[in-house]
Amino acid sequence: MIERNRFLDVLSHAVLILGVLVVAFPVYVTFVASTHTMEEVVKAPMSLWPGSHLVENYKAALLGDRIGMGSTAAVGPMMLVSLVCALIISLGKIAISLLSAFAIVYFRFPFRMAVFWGIFITLMLPVEVRIGPTYKVVSDLGLLNSYAGLTVPLIASATATFLFRQFFLTVPDELVEAARMDGAGPMRFFKDVLVPLSSTSMAALFVIQFIYGWNQYLWPLLVTTEENMYPVVIGIKRMISGGDAQTEWHIVMATAMLAMVPPAAVVMLMQKWFVKGLVDTEK
Amino acid sequence: MASITLSHILKTYGAGAKANTVIHDLNASIADGEFVVIVGPSGCGKSTLLRMVAGLEDISGGTISIGERVVNELEPAERDIAMVFQNYALYPHMSVFDNMAYGLKIAKRPPEEIKARVDKAAGILELSHLLQRKPRELSGGQRQRVAMGRAIVRQPQVFLFDEPLSNLDAKLRAQTRLEIQKLHRELGITSLFVTHDQVEAMTLAQRMIVMNGGHMEQFGTPEEVYNRPASTFVASFIGSPPMNLLRHAPGTPEGRILGIRPEHLDITPSGSWTLSVDTVELLGAERLVHARLGEETLTLRLDESLPAPQPGTTFCATPRADRVHWFDAHTQKRIA
Repeated sequence: MIERNRFLDVLSHAVLILGVLVVAFPVYVTFVASTHTMEEVVKAPMSLWPGSHLVENYKAALLGDRIGMGSTAAVGPMMLVSLVCALIISLGKIAISLLSAFAIVYFRFPFRMAVFWGIFITLMLPVEVRIGPTYKVVSDLGLLNSYAGLTVPLIASATATFLFRQFFLTVPDELVEAARMDGAGPMRFFKDVLVPLSSTSMAALFVIQFIYGWNQYLWPLLVTTEENMYPVVIGIKRMISGGDAQTEWHIVMATAMLAMVPPAAVVMLMQKWFVKGLVDTEK
Repeated sequence: MASITLSHILKTYGAGAKANTVIHDLNASIADGEFVVIVGPSGCGKSTLLRMVAGLEDISGGTISIGERVVNELEPAERDIAMVFQNYALYPHMSVFDNMAYGLKIAKRPPEEIKARVDKAAGILELSHLLQRKPRELSGGQRQRVAMGRAIVRQPQVFLFDEPLSNLDAKLRAQTRLEIQKLHRELGITSLFVTHDQVEAMTLAQRMIVMNGGHMEQFGTPEEVYNRPASTFVASFIGSPPMNLLRHAPGTPEGRILGIRPEHLDITPSGSWTLSVDTVELLGAERLVHARLGEETLTLRLDESLPAPQPGTTFCATPRADRVHWFDAHTQKRIA
């Protein structure tokens, strides 16, 4: 709908600018706070202009060379843990759901629909619901404080399986038949035809699942007890000391900024693919 | 190259009381190098038959042989055939070259041989300058040629065409029809071609199979099918406008149907048939006169230069005696 109307132009811009401010202002305040010393941050009102301690605050956060009442662990290694977890979760989800969607769509095996609905029903059982039993399983397997424990329970994904199933259903049957004529077996067809065709969907899914994996909080809180296995989201929480103790807000804010960078980078770098994967129907 | 033998072919879907038979006891043998068109209305089983030959549908009964081999249990890739699909079924993410080479790559042919064979096929089909393009960058006619190229590079014993021209516009269709004929002359590969378009069937076929409701109504050359239709179905399906089928024309015995093509009726000053004119259509070189004979309607095809009867008037017409066909009203079959 295209309408030329001065009032509507102004109104829609006003709404958009307001929306941007609501989202961007807190991020800006976080950034500003991360460039001041602790004293300047806790002073009311806090200055809204960037201070002069940017480099030293970020260095202190990344390397952990600071003293404070909360956790003083270095953020650098935590970010690495977060990165590894987010990558394992997103790539693992893509691999597993591609294969399970392939099985459900292209193979006629007994109880196929039952399997499909079984996968579908797990949508109702996210980690938060089954957290007790899942913890028991992971701890019995001795996976506490390990990458496997952090990621494997989060990998199975009904949403992604469903997404790929819907995509595979739109692939014309003749393509399968042409591949059979060419002598391609099922796995060959999967590798040579289906995977390349799904690449944009895979990219879109990767972006969503990377952010999902990066932002995990509750599950890592349960399965990690050692500092060297904490993801950065938990690191932030542990820096905020409770009670009357003084929290080093400038370091917390610097860590928060650092924690925002990788997901933002993934979104920005993969934006083109992401949009294509969600809207593109060309086959 | 090879012959194809279809013996007692049966295709049923479902089982027991709910079984639905779509092809009934079909027998045909197609000679080596022959171009056979399977034609019929939609739902007559022609595509199913082709897909059974291709190995994409199970064969419920009977045997299909290609050359000396019974292929019932063989995978499509083992049957030494190639198929051109209606929507071409090109791999969208592969270049034209890769599309054509894919089958050979899977068969683990050496790269030099693959390149030579693809280049040769591309040369025949005038695709050489398009080899690096993706299918979405090609026009409909070019995609169609790539689909044929993919079939040619495999150097199969049999070509199968599943309505490959129906997605092309009329002009391109006529042109591609000629190209397919030329290709068949050059390569001489046994071909089965499915279509619902009688013009394609008549022009392409060396022999044609006319199917209706899962039965083979007639198997013969286009001339035979046109001049000696085996049943009222074939008579009305082949030819446009279709043959007039009359039960009550003067001189038709009880239990018989008289068939006469529109072009085989002449207007005469006096004649056995008195027709009243409903409408007249001018098609350019000829005129179609829709008229009534008693309760039945019929069509005449007249040369444009002849005076046209006016709607609402009556005139006399005489069928050419040697062009009259007789059918049994009960079995609908031709009576010699």
